[in-house]
Amino acid sequence: MSLTTNPRTIDKPTPTVSRGHLPRPRPTLRDRYGDRLFNIAATGVLLLSILAVVYPLYFIVIASISDPNAVYEGKVWLFPSGVTTEGYERIFADSRIWNGLGNTVMYTVLGTAISVSTILCGAYALSRKDMPGRKILMLLFVITMFFDGGLITKYLVVRDLGMLDTVWAVVLPGAVGVWNLIIARSFFEHTIPNELREAAQMDGATDFKFFFKMVLPLSKPLIMLMIMVHVVAHWNSFFDALIFLNDDSKYPLQLVLRNILIQSDVSSTGTTGGDIESYAAAQRIAELTKYAMIVVSSLPLMIALPFMQKHFTKGAMIGAVK
Amino acid sequence: MSRTIPARPGRPSAAPLPQRKISLSLRMKRISRAWQLYVLLAPAIIYILVFKYWPMYGVQIAFKNYNPVDGFTDSPWVGLTHFIRFVNSYQFGQVVGNTLWIAVLGLLVAFPIPIILALLVNQLQSERFKKFTQTVLYSPAFISTVVVVGIMFVVLSPRSGLVNNAVQLAGGEPIFFMGSAEWFRPIYVISDVWQNAGFSMIVYLAALAGIDPALHDAAKVDGASKLQRIRHIDLPGIMPVVTVLFILAIGNLLNVGFEKALLMQTPLNLSTSEIIQTYVYHAGLQQAQFSYSAAIGLFNSLLNLALLLFFNTVARRANQATLW
Repeated sequence: MSLTTNPRTIDKPTPTVSRGHLPRPRPTLRDRYGDRLFNIAATGVLLLSILAVVYPLYFIVIASISDPNAVYEGKVWLFPSGVTTEGYERIFADSRIWNGLGNTVMYTVLGTAISVSTILCGAYALSRKDMPGRKILMLLFVITMFFDGGLITKYLVVRDLGMLDTVWAVVLPGAVGVWNLIIARSFFEHTIPNELREAAQMDGATDFKFFFKMVLPLSKPLIMLMIMVHVVAHWNSFFDALIFLNDDSKYPLQLVLRNILIQSDVSSTGTTGGDIESYAAAQRIAELTKYAMIVVSSLPLMIALPFMQKHFTKGAMIGAVK
Repeated sequence: MSRTIPARPGRPSAAPLPQRKISLSLRMKRISRAWQLYVLLAPAIIYILVFKYWPMYGVQIAFKNYNPVDGFTDSPWVGLTHFIRFVNSYQFGQVVGNTLWIAVLGLLVAFPIPIILALLVNQLQSERFKKFTQTVLYSPAFISTVVVVGIMFVVLSPRSGLVNNAVQLAGGEPIFFMGSAEWFRPIYVISDVWQNAGFSMIVYLAALAGIDPALHDAAKVDGASKLQRIRHIDLPGIMPVVTVLFILAIGNLLNVGFEKALLMQTPLNLSTSEIIQTYVYHAGLQQAQFSYSAAIGLFNSLLNLALLLFFNTVARRANQATLW
């Protein structure tokens, strides 16, 4: 891309190509014994870290398809045992999960649309050095990074606006992150040349026209980044829903998960058997369902991760160069 | 636009400062010419006014007895009553202590690890293994807090959890991790590292990628070992980024991880897991003591701001990179 000519733009090389494109010097006699030892140690430490990250997740996956009794007795370590899909069947039969999923999708789509469009428009305006009052307006945003009104007053404002128990309470209060705004602004500042705007203005383009017809099409990497940041954030958020929503038919998936996984609200798992035996069995099924639930709720983002990685790495870079 | 502005009747006089007049009209002209930019900015401005500055204005209820009828403005002033009540309450020492414990422990453990990881990953010879390591290490950042805490509950369960199975295999007694006050802090910090170290590492890798390879080549010619190059080239090279992120971490010291702490709370670990912000949540939203909890929240924000300013000054004295 043409953007690579500017070292401060988003298209810097990703960290993985750290040594640039020069051929690496061949190992010489100077490569000491100690260096080799260091390489082995470094690789060892990283392999252990990888294992520490992967194993719990792997265990969750195999436990979710194993016989709950085998998991309970500690027989499941490396491979699933007594394969069953009962956990998944129970989840898919649970209307709370489906309802929560539907709500999450709606909040995610609506919230992302609102956030991204507000941030892009606002950041572009703030990136224009010829906009009078730019510095003061920017300051207005930056102040909120260092001081905010806190949880209670935020709650009271949302209540006074009559937004409690509505979609708006979930998508609006956190809509514009100042950090994202700054990232978007610096992207515009470094990738949209002034000359381009002057040429467009010469040809009679208004600011609106220039923004929508020229700036946005040139900012696809930024738009992708912003969309992903917000999709992930909305998909994973639960706290705003926890404080602003009372009606559990409006709960997003994460809040449903919290109630089931953490508060151990097992009502959906059926069995309310009287004797100890069936209670224990119900307990084990409930545990199995939890494993399956963790897998199902995390899977979408994990599958999307390889596609998103590139954009997030770039985002970290813009953040780093500020 | 007309070149001259006719003096309107009723105005004192248009004569005295013609130069100023022109610059004013020029400014108005510039502003009106940029109206489309202001329209683009308007939604964001409205957003921060409503959801940031209105709550900020509402912070005054920390010094008032808030009641919904009178609202933020007209509720009666009570001065520092709520602050005094908080400082004198029996939870004060515990809640502030817990908050500082988690924050400091988190900073000491969770801050250096991503730096170490980045330095190690950066040294890897194989580009493919480098990429693989990065991807794996940062994937937990995409798992939600709810699910991470859910994983803790199932993996650490005393009856059927993975960890307790291992403990029993080694001949130990099962431990009720999530229900014990002394385990809350280790679990909190370890899970934080597990989830976020990989993601934080990326910024440092980006900074490392910006170091001139010629420095490394020169050092190699001079016979520097890898460890020496890390110590004398890589580490100084990323120091500005480290400093800025450290100051930011300090600035957020008392804010981070509130949601996780809330999710990890059980009645049995409250004595270590109740931090300032969860206390605000309980006292404010669950018990509707709005003014009291707003005062506690304000106390937290001010403490935070003070820490940020202090460390920024320290960094400036030490001639390091600063936030401003």
